[in-house]
Amino acid sequence: MEGELASLGQFIGAGFAAIGSGLAAIGVGNVAGNFLAGALRNPSAAGGQTATLFIGLAFAEALGIFAFLVALLLMFAV
Amino acid sequence: MAEEAHSEGGLVFHPMDQFIVKPLFGDGPVEWYTPTNVTLWLGLAVLCTVALFVLGTRGRAIIPTRVQSVAELAYGFIYKMVEDIAGPEGARYFPKIFTLFVFIIMTNYLALIPMSFSPTSHIAATAVLGFGVFFAVTALGFIKNGTHFLGLFWMSEAPLILRPIIAVIEVISYFVRPVSHSIRLAGNIMAGHTVIKVFAAFAGVAALSPVSVFAIVAIYGLEVLVAFIQAYVFTILTCVYLRDALHPGH
Repeated sequence: MEGELASLGQFIGAGFAAIGSGLAAIGVGNVAGNFLAGALRNPSAAGGQTATLFIGLAFAEALGIFAFLVALLLMFAV
Repeated sequence: MAEEAHSEGGLVFHPMDQFIVKPLFGDGPVEWYTPTNVTLWLGLAVLCTVALFVLGTRGRAIIPTRVQSVAELAYGFIYKMVEDIAGPEGARYFPKIFTLFVFIIMTNYLALIPMSFSPTSHIAATAVLGFGVFFAVTALGFIKNGTHFLGLFWMSEAPLILRPIIAVIEVISYFVRPVSHSIRLAGNIMAGHTVIKVFAAFAGVAALSPVSVFAIVAIYGLEVLVAFIQAYVFTILTCVYLRDALHPGH
């Protein structure tokens, strides 16, 4: 009984952690969308900023990956 | 763990089974000298790198062959990126950065072959790369700039009251860098491969199998993109850290 309760907690926790991945998707979308909005206004400056775009994407995505990692740890490592 | 999940989850195979490190020959314990599937795919990545950059460019033709132009494009692409981000002094460290890029992209792409193994999906592998960059860059910063390197944490433009608080935040973010640097690569690759296997498991249900096939094709396409983007992001962040070490002034 106790073991079942513990795995119930694990699965619920992993499900909650998966929300974090979705929230990171909002962040990544924000970065990419704002980049596109800026790039369409000034296309000549856009080419030089792709590196900045990828850095921004990477930072926004890292936190989602952390949430995903927490979910994986709860599912397989606890 | 795997047997447990087989009985509980009802999947034909476990989506995480693909990441198990097994010996190539027999079923013995994995020692540090045992040739495993990691060894095999790392070795193949090295062989592919040699094939592309040594054998491919051996002709040194003025009008490059297809293989030679792939090698030249990759070289020029990364060289320009290093120069743009880390500055002309950063170009001295280009060989290390290009090695990282080529190694990661080769392992990522070889891992996309069905039934293959992806070394970059293991945090153990990427942590070595990430922490290697972190220690190298920190040592380089102190060697090049001495104690002036600590100016990276002390924002001289910020108001004086805020500076200690910002310094604490900067120090924390500096030490989280190698962790996020390595986990980002491993997490992305592992997540993509797991999703493919999860959809592959749906193929066992007859009604869902067309969905499964289309989903795998679509996600495989995405994974080809992710394999490149993660290698690119890893090298770009290495360049950013290198720039911080060479020019620590904020």
